[in-house]
Amino acid sequence: MDLTFSDRETAFRDELRGWLVENQPEAKPAADAGDDAQFAYRRDWQRRLYDAGWAAPAWPTEYGGRGASQSESAIYFEELGRARVPFAANTLGLLLGGPTLMVWGTPEQKERHLPPILSAEEIWCQGFSEPDAGSDLAALKTRAVKDGDEWVVTGQKVWTSGAQYSKWCMLVARTDNEVAKHKGLTYFLMDMEQDAVQIRPLRQITGEAEFNELFIDQARIPDANIVGGVGNGWKVALTTLMNERAGLGFALQIRLRQLLDDIIAAAAEKGLLDGAGGNLIADAIAELHVRCESIRLLAWKGLTDAERYGQPGPEGSLVKWLWSDTNQRATQLAVDVIGPEALISGTTWSYELLRARGNTIEGGTTEVLKNIVAERVLGLPRLKVAA
Amino acid sequence: MDFGLTDDQREIQRTARELLAERATFARVREHAEAHTTDRALWKELCELGWPGIAISETHGGQGLGTIELSILCEELGRVVAPVPFLASAMAACVIEQAGSEEQRERWLPGLASGETIGALAGAVDGTAELVVSGAEADVIVLVEEDGSGRLLTPQEAEMSKVAAIDPTRSAARVSAGESAGEALEDGCPGLGHALVAVSSELVGVSERALEMTLAYVKERKQFGVPVGAYQAVSHRCAQMLLDTEKARSTTAFAAWSADANPEGLAEAAAMAKAAASDAGREVTASAIQAHGGIGFTWEADVHWLFKRAQIDAVLLGGAGRHRGRLAAILARRADVPVAG
Repeated sequence: MDLTFSDRETAFRDELRGWLVENQPEAKPAADAGDDAQFAYRRDWQRRLYDAGWAAPAWPTEYGGRGASQSESAIYFEELGRARVPFAANTLGLLLGGPTLMVWGTPEQKERHLPPILSAEEIWCQGFSEPDAGSDLAALKTRAVKDGDEWVVTGQKVWTSGAQYSKWCMLVARTDNEVAKHKGLTYFLMDMEQDAVQIRPLRQITGEAEFNELFIDQARIPDANIVGGVGNGWKVALTTLMNERAGLGFALQIRLRQLLDDIIAAAAEKGLLDGAGGNLIADAIAELHVRCESIRLLAWKGLTDAERYGQPGPEGSLVKWLWSDTNQRATQLAVDVIGPEALISGTTWSYELLRARGNTIEGGTTEVLKNIVAERVLGLPRLKVAA
Repeated sequence: MDFGLTDDQREIQRTARELLAERATFARVREHAEAHTTDRALWKELCELGWPGIAISETHGGQGLGTIELSILCEELGRVVAPVPFLASAMAACVIEQAGSEEQRERWLPGLASGETIGALAGAVDGTAELVVSGAEADVIVLVEEDGSGRLLTPQEAEMSKVAAIDPTRSAARVSAGESAGEALEDGCPGLGHALVAVSSELVGVSERALEMTLAYVKERKQFGVPVGAYQAVSHRCAQMLLDTEKARSTTAFAAWSADANPEGLAEAAAMAKAAASDAGREVTASAIQAHGGIGFTWEADVHWLFKRAQIDAVLLGGAGRHRGRLAAILARRADVPVAG
């Protein structure tokens, strides 16, 4: 057991940390500056990362990355989180689209798509979920019908973040109705710049619209934009989803840490951490600290065990569950520590409180994660539900 | 970063698990629990293998291995709720080694290492500890007050009376000492952090076993024609048991590593471990009883041994609430330091 970074990892961290100090992004646009200004700000930030070779260190060097190890990649996200910089504009392309193409894409697809993903020239979005296919993704209904050397796509997608800025959509559609639901799917790259694709912002409980609905009415996709072959969409989609749960978790974990540190500072200033026993606020804060540390340890254990022993433990599914629950508790406790002013609209506290409610739903609901833990980690039988 | 055990450590874990699977079955534990006796034969065997001295320095007759190795043994003994005074003796040795004078170390550690001497650690208020695990058989007692001051006592220097705690797999005693009785230990009782790692490790073992038994049961037991483990009300409870156990395991492993590799971080890490492990021990073993249904409430089923052991360990050296209080104090002190950047 050695819970320290290697010399190489420390050097990687120090280099990035030094660069981040020298290259702090401009001040964030005002909260009411509008979505376009916010997005332009994130695009500029990605360009700066790109120019310095920091846009996607986990990508192999031949594609413009640094060939960073999984541990270094985790350090990368921890440091970005710690420096409180924005997420890169093309986060979905960098984390999901690029890596999926590296596994399943043709040489032409890689050559065509990887460079503009990295430079934020072309933004990517993800068209997986549908109104009737959330946790049960394989039940999706969007249809693609062959027409010459093209496919004609019709259907509806939901929770598509960044759709209004995107050139490409990672789209999973049903190409065969005759086979089992997992087998009739195909993974496409859909050009968003066509009239057949209509975007409607989806206003969420925070009042903003991070996500969109896509209405697709006979959009056209050439054969050349199929990823991984016709009928192989489920496997390709799983590659995308596995990447979704990896890197970003380390950035979110650090953000939770920072939020908690802010709560601790506020509580200390108000004298709420005093008292040897019976102080409910101090007790709740200490519990959040234990959870936060446990998330950090479990995340690193999951990653390094997989890296060293090729055998991931149960940690992966536990980390997202524990993180989302802890983030909700932290944002809720903040209201008790800060006071009613934390509930005034426009404050970070009120935003975080509302945004955190999505954490236990997005990227796998807690209920589904518990099913995964029960079935795949603990080997419990699955209850057959009547269809 | 590497969370794995070394080959030697894995070997210790493997041989311990094999030995205990054979020698400390629930049938044996039940025999001793019902008779209120220590398993002398098992204790003798563990002593011959050098277990009690695993983390005691070689100069004092121990094996001179680290806190991780001690943690491994505690976890294995917790899994089987072994009716031996290992934990109490090991915790006493941790404190004597770190907080004792050279003379005290020479007097007590060789016997504790060989197992000829039994030690106990008593968390006291004004000289009185109401429940001292293995206290009734102890030859030396480390009495620690809440303010961290500690002293060494022989049974002759204190008022000792046997008490019957809910966990009959180990003896217990009430210990009371006058103000001037015994010999003082170094202030703050360094070594307590190591002792907290030991008891937290036992709780991890208890939780882990409770989960295993529960999984085996809910896969087997059928109601309405299906294994009860297929119902989400049951399977999600099992998932929660795993999460609680892993939270305890990860923080305990971090504390064990800190004890040897990062001592300045031990106070915080040990408080985190004891808070997480105390909660896990209580919750997971209580869930085990619930998931076993009616049978889980009977004396005949074995889950209650785990529940009872967890209850005792959870309050040993302070419960989760007390350790969260300590953490809050550490966090408050840290918040006063201006953070760079």
